[in-house]
Amino acid sequence: MRPIEHLVEPDRVHRTVYTDQEIFDREIEQIFEKVWVYCGHESQVKAPGDYYTVQIGRQPMIMVRDRAGGINVLHNRCPHRGVELCGALSGNTGSSFVCSYHAWSFHLDGSIRGIPLPQGYEGTRMNPANPDCSMKRAARVGIYRGFVFASLASDGPSLEEFLGDARIAFDDMCDRSPEGEVEIVPVCHRVIQHSNWKFFMENQLDALHPSVTHQSTGVSASKIERRLKGEGREAPLYYHYLSTFASSFDQWDSVQTVNFPRGHGILKGYMGLRPNDPDTQQYTEAMHRAYGAERAEQYLGRSIHHVLIYPYLSVQSPLQQLRCLRPVAPNKTLSEIWHFRLKGVSPAIYRRSMWYFNLVNSPATMINADDLENWTKGQWGLESNGGEWVSFHRNYGRDTRDGDTTYSNNGTSEVVMRNQFDAWSKYMSRE
Amino acid sequence: MTDELKKRLLEDVVIFSGKEEVRTGAELLAPDHSPRERYRTDSLPSRGALHVKTDLQRQVEQFLFYQAELLDTKNWQAYIDLFATEGVYWMPARPEQTEWMDSPSIFAEDRELMSVRMGRITHPNAWSQAPLWATNHLIANVVIEDLADAWVCVRSRFQVQELRRDAVRSLSGVYRHRLLRRGEDFQIELQRVDLMNAQAPFDYTLQAWV
Repeated sequence: MRPIEHLVEPDRVHRTVYTDQEIFDREIEQIFEKVWVYCGHESQVKAPGDYYTVQIGRQPMIMVRDRAGGINVLHNRCPHRGVELCGALSGNTGSSFVCSYHAWSFHLDGSIRGIPLPQGYEGTRMNPANPDCSMKRAARVGIYRGFVFASLASDGPSLEEFLGDARIAFDDMCDRSPEGEVEIVPVCHRVIQHSNWKFFMENQLDALHPSVTHQSTGVSASKIERRLKGEGREAPLYYHYLSTFASSFDQWDSVQTVNFPRGHGILKGYMGLRPNDPDTQQYTEAMHRAYGAERAEQYLGRSIHHVLIYPYLSVQSPLQQLRCLRPVAPNKTLSEIWHFRLKGVSPAIYRRSMWYFNLVNSPATMINADDLENWTKGQWGLESNGGEWVSFHRNYGRDTRDGDTTYSNNGTSEVVMRNQFDAWSKYMSRE
Repeated sequence: MTDELKKRLLEDVVIFSGKEEVRTGAELLAPDHSPRERYRTDSLPSRGALHVKTDLQRQVEQFLFYQAELLDTKNWQAYIDLFATEGVYWMPARPEQTEWMDSPSIFAEDRELMSVRMGRITHPNAWSQAPLWATNHLIANVVIEDLADAWVCVRSRFQVQELRRDAVRSLSGVYRHRLLRRGEDFQIELQRVDLMNAQAPFDYTLQAWV
């Protein structure tokens, strides 16, 4: 492995950062198994014993609600002989976890509850007082507005520090509910990307690609949208979700990005999600009642398309969905796609964001079909010897720096990738 | 063989279960630990309308076979035209979902949205369509579950092989068609598609209707 400073330059990176197994292993150790990783939402585990399994780096973990109402994140592994404790993705485990091999059982906080024929351990160093007898816990668990994170490192920034200004992702999502809260919709779409995780993270704030990659869907949707309007019929808002992809390069260049420390960032809004129909009016009124006109307008007027929590999360707060990456190999990434319901809004308002989930984020997506194709082809290209460097030169030196935040002046500026690799280098250079 | 070993091998024990007061190990330690749903007997599938006449059964089967053939030959418009004006193609995300309009779904498309999909697939710059792409559908286990003068509800099972680039993948599941009777022909009011792996990870997306 080359030294990090030979892999990342301010305006380009070496192709091996996307392909090399040794670099990938170091990413898992230095980044994914240290930073705060998203585990799920509180509403996924409402009752004591409710659990969801989740992968943090290479570690299979369990997020579980305990009897006192707390949420624990534990290694999904029996400390006796290593056997996985929860074989299902989710469920309720009653008052304990029980190992399927020798029936060691554990309280919902992971501490040992019972061992069969315990006298067999008398006089040995494996006894209930030994922490080795209990399930290992994530070093730290943090919750921000109902979103649960865990870090496998006992030291490092707090969750709030890690999120920094990108915590707007969760504020924006929750603030759009008159009750200030969301709850999970219990459907998780999982799609495998045959590409390095960085392709997805870069693509999320890449404003140049949509009108190229998604031309076919954008053009097709705008044709039908125009026809419906021409026939005097109503074209539902979701046509607009698809037809905006057919916008021009200049239009996309006006959609700016905001780039934060630690690689986080925002792609600003462009879909104009505030139509003037009775459902929206009723929703706006409910928001005004809940927060007062000024704050409500501030919440509803935020210009956000999605927010990136680097290196693994894309939160589409105005439409209450998120995509979370679980890197598997240098050329393989699992994405988990979730959707949330704003508390206290009408079914019509829920339906509006659900249709984005269906059309853009489902496994039958008419959008990501072409993204995935690009990333696979990109991965192959970077695995080849046809060139050594990946270019991030667009608008280099022409962004505006304000403190530790960088604003694009052209939405298509590759400041997004430059900023992400700045964070990547810092993580990877740590001892 | 030592005397000790001979002696030890003669010490036999027989353990047996069946006494009601004996609880198995795991049960003894955590009696409420029941992560799985209990065995259910309350949701048997329909045996079908056994009195259905052979010719109706045959008409329905021929319709399903034709629909599959239109997909495999990429006759997209003819496929869409099998749907009634208000017809819907729906692939729910979970089998317990019962209505298409407010459920997070994999596909939830009326004829207009189907036209968007057709327009995308047939656009020259539908990049994901550049590599080899083809499907092969088999339809079987066709059962008419219910019928009236105006409609027929049909359950069937499908097996689809999909070629993409150099690889073939397999998709399978259940179709539930609610068909409107049009003389000896039908129109689709609702085609519900429950993919067996709807909540398992997808290796690439579904580009066209399954």
